[in-house]
Amino acid sequence: MAVQQARQRTGDLVFKILTALCAAAVLALVLGILVELMRNSSVAMHKFGLKFLVSSAWNPVTEDFGALSTIFGTLVSTLLAMLIAVPLSLMIALFLVELAPPALAKPVGYAIELLAAIPSIIYGMWGLFVFAPFMADHIQPFLTKTVGFIPLFQGPPMGIGMLTAGIILAFMILPFISAVMRDVFAMVPAVIKESAYGMGATTWEVTRQVTVRYGLRGLVGAGLLGLGRAIGETMAVTFVIGNDHSISASLFAASNSIASTLANEFAEASTPVYLAALVELGLVLFVITFAIQVATQLWLARIKRVAEGR
Amino acid sequence: MLPRPRRPRQLADLGVRVASAFGALLGIVILAWILGEVIRRGLSAFSWEFFTSLPGPPASVGGGLANAMLGTLAMTALGTAMGVPVGILAGMYLAEYGHEGKFGMLVRFLSNVMMGIPSIIIGLFVYTLVVVPFGHFSGYAGAISLALLILPIVARTTEDMLSMVPNAFRESALALGAPRWRVTLGVVLRAARAGVITGVLLAVARVGGETAPLLFTALNSPYWPRSLSGPTANLTVTIFNYAMSPYTGWQQAAWGASLVITLAILLLNGAARLVTREKK
Repeated sequence: MAVQQARQRTGDLVFKILTALCAAAVLALVLGILVELMRNSSVAMHKFGLKFLVSSAWNPVTEDFGALSTIFGTLVSTLLAMLIAVPLSLMIALFLVELAPPALAKPVGYAIELLAAIPSIIYGMWGLFVFAPFMADHIQPFLTKTVGFIPLFQGPPMGIGMLTAGIILAFMILPFISAVMRDVFAMVPAVIKESAYGMGATTWEVTRQVTVRYGLRGLVGAGLLGLGRAIGETMAVTFVIGNDHSISASLFAASNSIASTLANEFAEASTPVYLAALVELGLVLFVITFAIQVATQLWLARIKRVAEGR
Repeated sequence: MLPRPRRPRQLADLGVRVASAFGALLGIVILAWILGEVIRRGLSAFSWEFFTSLPGPPASVGGGLANAMLGTLAMTALGTAMGVPVGILAGMYLAEYGHEGKFGMLVRFLSNVMMGIPSIIIGLFVYTLVVVPFGHFSGYAGAISLALLILPIVARTTEDMLSMVPNAFRESALALGAPRWRVTLGVVLRAARAGVITGVLLAVARVGGETAPLLFTALNSPYWPRSLSGPTANLTVTIFNYAMSPYTGWQQAAWGASLVITLAILLLNGAARLVTREKK
């Protein structure tokens, strides 16, 4: 009996250690990425220092590299995507929760979710061969004609460029944001909404003054989730952003993001400094996305605590 | 206080209703547009040869992507075989031992964070870790990238599924004298089987269509994947290379590959849904 118990205890200990090691693999992964990216970018870090972050140079011939144009492209394409996707997601969530009859809400919700399952390279293919020509033939000439006096919408309608990348990013993050917003809307207690309806408020007034206010934190969380997805999205952006290391006032111009630069140029990087500069770009992207994810997780955890009344 | 006039309020309400229906419609139109184009253009690339032979030279007509399909399948299978067991064990630790402790909290938090880190960063990491020391690109490096992407997803879904198993199950098995490890594997994991399988299927569906983590690890190859120790052909990087080429034959093959990948991913998603439905 005692022997059997001892054997059991050893078995349990081995199992606990094994599972703990597997859990520690996640920790090792995070630390490993940080250490490896810093180690492999040290050549560029020593050569350029902090100037790397504010220089817009990108010249493989003279080996002068800076991250500014790619950081700019990453931020602007993400901002465009958020400007389009957040209001659109709000509308979709509103439709699914408040307006559509249940028989319609279910298949529509499923179709929107399906957008999230499509791999990003498919968005890239569709973006390059279908959507970019559509932009060049219809959307861009229309924008030039109507709001062309603003520098943002000037320049030749090439189809590809910052605006197209932003729009396709918006389509990609739409399902993630709208799914969370839908859950937030559905969590608002019916009594609160009904009392507003009872006062004679319209659906839009209830949404604006009751539902949105009640679930504001959750809506911000939904936006943060979408932001994290958009900022590191690689393939779809690489296909349509145009891949040009310049900072332009026009949204029609070809541009670049950190992820698309890595995808495009890594295979060509022939010198140690070029390679190290690309790895340092990766490090910058890792630090930005890590910070956004940490903020998102802390924010969501706080909402959960508040919702559980702790 | 005088009541506000009804007319403008009703108009504003109507406007928002129309706008929100339009938003939902736009989502469906985009989905239909993407799937429609992929199916239409992809089908025209399908042929017996497309599924059975090697790619032809540039500018040529004909040839297939059988090598890339095989390579994607092999790397995804190997990545799953490496990532899923570690992920499930990590999830077991979080659910059974690490509920409150600091270590458990940290791992849980970082798993959530890692799920949002761009996959191209994982590719870069594996490049520095595997490709540089060995001196060449390899299918193994590609599979490792996919495994690292799978790990946090499976760990978190496993934890969530195991946490839903009532404690009475654990207590009754322990009361019968079963050791903790047998309780976890034989009772708790079994009870949560359907949920864990769904999580695994969704994780595989998510990494199976990945391109960015393979760009610097598996690279691509025009040959059969005889072993995974060299650059390995795969569908997604092939799509990228072919789409950027000026040859219409290659571009058409890229559409064919897109349809293959899309069908595979949608099937995996459908299978995941089916498993969950059976549970209920």
